[in-house]
Amino acid sequence: MKVKEIIGQITNDIMTNDPMTKEGLSRVDGRLKVTGQAKYSAEYKVKDLVYGVLVGSTIAKGTIKSIDTKKAEAAPGVLSVLTCFNAPKIPGYQTDTPSPKGPLKIFYNDQVYFNGQPIALVVADTFERALFAASRVSAVYESGPHQTNLKDNISTAVAPGRGKDFVKGVEDTWNTAPVKIQQEYTIPTEVHNPMELHATIARWDADDKITVYTKTQGVKSTQRSIAQAFKLPPENVQVTAPFVGGAFGAALRTWPHEIAAVLAAKVTGKPVKLVLSRADMFTSVGYRPYTWQKVSIGANPDGKLFGITHEATGQSSVYEDFTEGVVNISQLMYASPNINTRYKIVSLNVNTPTPMRGPGEATGAFALESAMDELSYQLNIDPIDFRMRNYAETDPGNDKPYSSKYLSDAYKIGAEKIGWSNRNQKPGAVTENGWLAGYGMAAGMFGAHRSSATVLARMMADGTLVLQTAVTDIGPGTGTAMVSIASEVMGIPAEKIKFDMGDSSLPPSPTQGGSQITSTVGSAVHDACVELKEKFKSMAGNTDASNYTQILKQQNLDKLEVTTSSKGGAEQGKYAMYSWSVHFMKVLVHPTTGVVKINKAISVADAGLIISPKTARSQMIGGTIMGIGMALTEEAIIDHRYGRLVNNNFADYHVPVQADIPQVEAYFVNKPDTILNPIGAKGMGEIATIGVAAAVANAVYNATGKRVRDLPITPDKLV
Amino acid sequence: MEDEKDYALPGFDTEAKDNSRRNFLKQSTLLTAVALTPGTAIKAADMRLDEKIAEAFEKMPIKLEVNGVAHSLSVEPRATLLDILREQLDLTGTKKGCDHGQCGACTVHIDGHRVNSCLTLGVMASGKKITTIEGLAKGDELHPMQEAFLKHDGFQCGYCTPGQIMSAVACIREGHANSEMEIREYMSGNICRCGAYPNIVNAIQEVKEGAQAV
Ligand code: FES
Ligand code: FES
Repeated sequence: MKVKEIIGQITNDIMTNDPMTKEGLSRVDGRLKVTGQAKYSAEYKVKDLVYGVLVGSTIAKGTIKSIDTKKAEAAPGVLSVLTCFNAPKIPGYQTDTPSPKGPLKIFYNDQVYFNGQPIALVVADTFERALFAASRVSAVYESGPHQTNLKDNISTAVAPGRGKDFVKGVEDTWNTAPVKIQQEYTIPTEVHNPMELHATIARWDADDKITVYTKTQGVKSTQRSIAQAFKLPPENVQVTAPFVGGAFGAALRTWPHEIAAVLAAKVTGKPVKLVLSRADMFTSVGYRPYTWQKVSIGANPDGKLFGITHEATGQSSVYEDFTEGVVNISQLMYASPNINTRYKIVSLNVNTPTPMRGPGEATGAFALESAMDELSYQLNIDPIDFRMRNYAETDPGNDKPYSSKYLSDAYKIGAEKIGWSNRNQKPGAVTENGWLAGYGMAAGMFGAHRSSATVLARMMADGTLVLQTAVTDIGPGTGTAMVSIASEVMGIPAEKIKFDMGDSSLPPSPTQGGSQITSTVGSAVHDACVELKEKFKSMAGNTDASNYTQILKQQNLDKLEVTTSSKGGAEQGKYAMYSWSVHFMKVLVHPTTGVVKINKAISVADAGLIISPKTARSQMIGGTIMGIGMALTEEAIIDHRYGRLVNNNFADYHVPVQADIPQVEAYFVNKPDTILNPIGAKGMGEIATIGVAAAVANAVYNATGKRVRDLPITPDKLV
Repeated sequence: MEDEKDYALPGFDTEAKDNSRRNFLKQSTLLTAVALTPGTAIKAADMRLDEKIAEAFEKMPIKLEVNGVAHSLSVEPRATLLDILREQLDLTGTKKGCDHGQCGACTVHIDGHRVNSCLTLGVMASGKKITTIEGLAKGDELHPMQEAFLKHDGFQCGYCTPGQIMSAVACIREGHANSEMEIREYMSGNICRCGAYPNIVNAIQEVKEGAQAV
């Protein structure tokens, strides 16, 4: 058999082996996690370790006139206090052509761009001493007038370089349709807040060599960034992150505090551990930006869409233009002859946002899917029916065929599971035990991608298969999915497979983000295993090619390995490739207090073939829960007088807790995408969250007749 | 430089010039206690022995029994049990998620009760028996709650997990796991940002119903 045939054969095997009928692997790293043995970035035992604590600015804009570090330096155990006035120059920061905007350079100059910007790093021999000394650093500023309020500054919004207006058909023509709606929606700033605090341990092993344990979604990109900053050859920068305690986008880039830790290790000549405080987590590692949107939709009385106009303006910092795909979902979701979108950003004295799970699409879906719901009531058509009347059979933007789309199946599954038939089309009409009850639904979509990855697959003499690639796992269960794939292809039990990851010295893999890892790295694992199997076949002669240990013994080999690179091909341009989701909510709203309780939550994904059912289900449920937080509780609040966050802690910034969450159920259409990649899987991390907030808002409307267009849906907005 | 050090012991006016650690040593009757002549004391000060001696006086001896192992430690009174476990005893299974008693990642058992170790000073725990996630399994045999978390996939990234498991065990022991709602209420001090909540409830219910000893 040729390699191609084998791939076909194996793909068939995987596909006929329906993951929905089996439970799937338990997490391959689960035992380490439940016994406390899994080591996260701050937990490496390093000799002579010293501790760094950051000091943040107390103004939102201005110039640092001086920083009094004397008291801190005099405190016991303090080794160094770094500021913009004494820090050695970071080689990569020094450019001949200074660009007006770019990533924040720590301790680079005396400028303050936002409140909480790190202005000093105190290093001491214990954490307690560093923390105490940090409290003794004070600065004198010349503060300027700051702007932190998007609403007050919306007139200054500009279209960013990357955000071209999109027009299909005639611009702004929704207006001429017989049935129409135009509404504004806002989402507040939302913060990723993974449970693991961002942490870095930096140790110089030689003048030009460094080891860094750090929280990152991509060890390779962190390696590049640190190498660039300190002008080192990348291979001299070892980045290690086999366990990452959640990230959701907050560890997509290399942050200034990581550079500061490396710098401090250089200055003190000792390994430095720098762990952000929870308060730091609100101003140092990005967030989902406060965004204003206006959605205008026109339809015919039969429910056919005529035009959609989606406008959005999000906040960014003054030093960087952060953009995301807020309006993209309106370009892609529904068949409408006329669609146009406009996207702008406002520069404010805040830190730069960062993609947060489902990034701009989750923001955009809240507005579009709320507006679709509003229009469905106006048309008096069931919201699912309304969506089906406008179901896109090809990409509405460019008419390309889909590589796979089973969203209609997802609608059916979800409707049945939530009990949609119990929904009353008339809002505010149903009560259960004194609570108003309502149902809502909303859909989501996100690009299904496949980039390139390299995997080493090595069969050992004892029959153990070792797989190696640099990819990290921020929680979805990447290792488990990869082992599942290898186990299927090689025909060996999962216990015999070891997956090494999260290490920059391993073969390259992309950063874990944008729902592409199962597709990309999974395909590379698949291809590497197929190649390894083929190698065994060519050695086996007419003996059993699947008896790997036997063949190695016969050949007198202690191992056999391949290193395989794998990436998507021409199909990428020919097809429109997306993952799809739909979320259904049943909510109860207390008529007097306005408290919203999620009574039942069902999320259904068309994410291609499900490789690792057990972990996929958890990932989907987790994304739904994050969306419930977005809908009901999460809001970072700035006191605009000072430009400073007032709720930068878990007591005041409310992420969902156990009592907020019912038995969320996740279901999968589980049909392979035969075009995207050889394993049939599409991504799921983002679609798990995209659409959830609208589903909740729509259910709240169905329960109460009150439409909340400004998240979060707190009780005060319902009484 | 040395003379400018104005570090003060707690309760002293930190701005006062003459209460530096070095002066403190020079003026202190402790001089006699350490039986040094003034000349020797000055020399000692120059060698930063003052620092070291003062440091010793700032520390408190404590005894902790952690997972059945006795530890005699000398710690600063401000050191939290969480930091002592993680930084001094290398028991990093107990996690820091907020350091403010708001997330539950640092949950351990002190004399059998669940406690946020970030809100517990080491000196408060002296003489007590502490169990951390590392001490829950019996050798290779996992605790039923650990098994149930594996089976029900009660986690993703795993960072909140030690705290969840310690809390879950205590939740059953306290008699607060009698219904799904009760479990949710009594597990609400443990945040899981990955959103493993439903699976965690399932794991706890199974252990509770299995009636195994926790
Ligand atoms: S670290 Fe103790 S409760 Fe969060
Ligand atoms: S498993 Fe990641 S925070 Fe709970």
